[in-house]
Amino acid sequence: MKRAKGTSNALRKTAPLMMLAAPGLLYFLINSYIPMFGVFIAFKDVNYAKGIFGSDWIGFDNFQFLFKTTDAWIMTRNTLLYNITFIAVGTLCSIFIAILMSELLSRWYSKLYLSGLVLPSLISMVVLSMLVYAFLNADSGFVNKSILAPLGLPEISWYAEAKYWPYLLVIVQMWKTAGYGSIVYFASIAGIDKSIYEAAKIDGAGKLRQIRTITLPLLKPTVIVLCLMSIGRIFNSDFGLFYQVPLNAGALYSTTQTIDTYVYRALMQLNDIGMSAAAGLYQSLVGFVLVLVVNAIVKRVNSDNALF
Amino acid sequence: MIQTRGERVFTLFSAIMMGLIALAAFLPFILIVISSVTKESSLINDGYSFFPKAFSMDAYIYLEASAYTFLRAYGVSFLVTIVGTAVGLLITSMLAYPMSRRDFKYHNLLAFAVFFTMLFSGGVVPSYIMWTQYFHIKDSLAALIVPNLLANGFNVLLVRNYFKSNVPLDLIESAQIDGATETKTFFRIMLPLSVPVLATVGLFMGLAYWNDWINALYFVSKPQFYGIQNLLVQLMNNIQYLNSGQAGNAVGAGAVDLPSSAVRMAMAVLGIVPILVVLPPLQKFLTRGVVIGAVKG
Repeated sequence: MKRAKGTSNALRKTAPLMMLAAPGLLYFLINSYIPMFGVFIAFKDVNYAKGIFGSDWIGFDNFQFLFKTTDAWIMTRNTLLYNITFIAVGTLCSIFIAILMSELLSRWYSKLYLSGLVLPSLISMVVLSMLVYAFLNADSGFVNKSILAPLGLPEISWYAEAKYWPYLLVIVQMWKTAGYGSIVYFASIAGIDKSIYEAAKIDGAGKLRQIRTITLPLLKPTVIVLCLMSIGRIFNSDFGLFYQVPLNAGALYSTTQTIDTYVYRALMQLNDIGMSAAAGLYQSLVGFVLVLVVNAIVKRVNSDNALF
Repeated sequence: MIQTRGERVFTLFSAIMMGLIALAAFLPFILIVISSVTKESSLINDGYSFFPKAFSMDAYIYLEASAYTFLRAYGVSFLVTIVGTAVGLLITSMLAYPMSRRDFKYHNLLAFAVFFTMLFSGGVVPSYIMWTQYFHIKDSLAALIVPNLLANGFNVLLVRNYFKSNVPLDLIESAQIDGATETKTFFRIMLPLSVPVLATVGLFMGLAYWNDWINALYFVSKPQFYGIQNLLVQLMNNIQYLNSGQAGNAVGAGAVDLPSSAVRMAMAVLGIVPILVVLPPLQKFLTRGVVIGAVKG
């Protein structure tokens, strides 16, 4: 009797909270957990007529086919190299901007600068692709008409030449994300005790020396943690950047194909569910392992910043 | 403190360098705004330019006249953004509240269930098959709102952390001793005390909905469900089609309907305007969210 009352009391306490959590939990169950169990599709020869569950099991055939193609190598290489470049160049740009910004903190125009810096990160990839198109299109783009032509250089058909895109995509990504990325560093610098700088100044340290011996060393933990977290996502790419910004141009696939664009193209354009599912699972699994490894490292470096 | 000469030089260098960087961030926007009011013939002959020879408002007049496609898409974008953000914010904070209650038996279990979705994903294919084959979501407004965007682990944990560190458990307990139910506590105490984080997460969600075009790319084939972003995608596809050498037929068939270059740019401008409108009042919530999110997800 007493025990029954205890459970009903506990139930009375937990049930209302569970009710509040229910819609959100249901959403995660459907949107995230059911697809997780759906990864078995990668081991099937999907045939809609037989249904997903009725389709034949084919073991690792999809993966064998996938890794026999050159696509597998190209998309893996592109995804990794772009991400490594983005992390390295992005970190440098963001820190550079943050140091300059913190110098101007008290100026009336610093708010305006900050708006200008975050704005590029807030527009959609579609609008971004149009900005890029205004600069690069072959017939009337700004670069061809207003830069190359006056200099007497030959016009370039940017959307047909793959060799330029590794540079173009890095520039586009930096334009979009460097300002936004600098906010975190900007906040860390703002948190540094001003008296350290004053002491250094009294000892005769100039600005550059202060940056080298105070700002940068104190930023180091933030830099390390943010870089490690980016490395955890190194197998993921921004679909829009690699699909829409190059306008899905076939001539550019060798330098713009990443795992995410391959998954989309295999599924929606080639109707090859098996290959797409295999590439997707390959990405998910490697990504998962990377996050675990990176988290273990972060925990060693600075346990406050570990994800779990 | 008095600035030394070296410091003044450094400040001047920072101001100039940052001015150039901010200019580089702004210039592309200025280019499309100017292009959108450039006369079409000038665009074709001289290219996109900061100093066009002839101006014209034709593009905007055309957009106003083509109300059916353009205004409709604009309306779809607004509807999806408002509904998605409102529902998403509600279920996100409702889920975050029990997770923030240390006296709730399952708070850690819930937190792990949400957190795990950030570590591992089933990928596009199972998700696509589920939404299309089992939920039959193709070509509907739900396809633009529900998949992937309604709630995510990052936002839930952001709200949970805010609840946990800003609303003391004592306050909740005393409200409940006074007879408030959990639902009442949540709506009357938690939410009013958490406006800053709700503004931050609402802004993240609103931007994600306004800027999303990928859901429609996968799930929508009928143009009446296109928002502004997908209308732009369609226009860009038409350019590619014309450039790809298959243009022979396309020119005869579709050239009349194809909006001019200035119209395309005008649409891009109108796609940015709502962001420009909400940015100044909400910028502080955005920067705050970025900092908290990066330091502790």
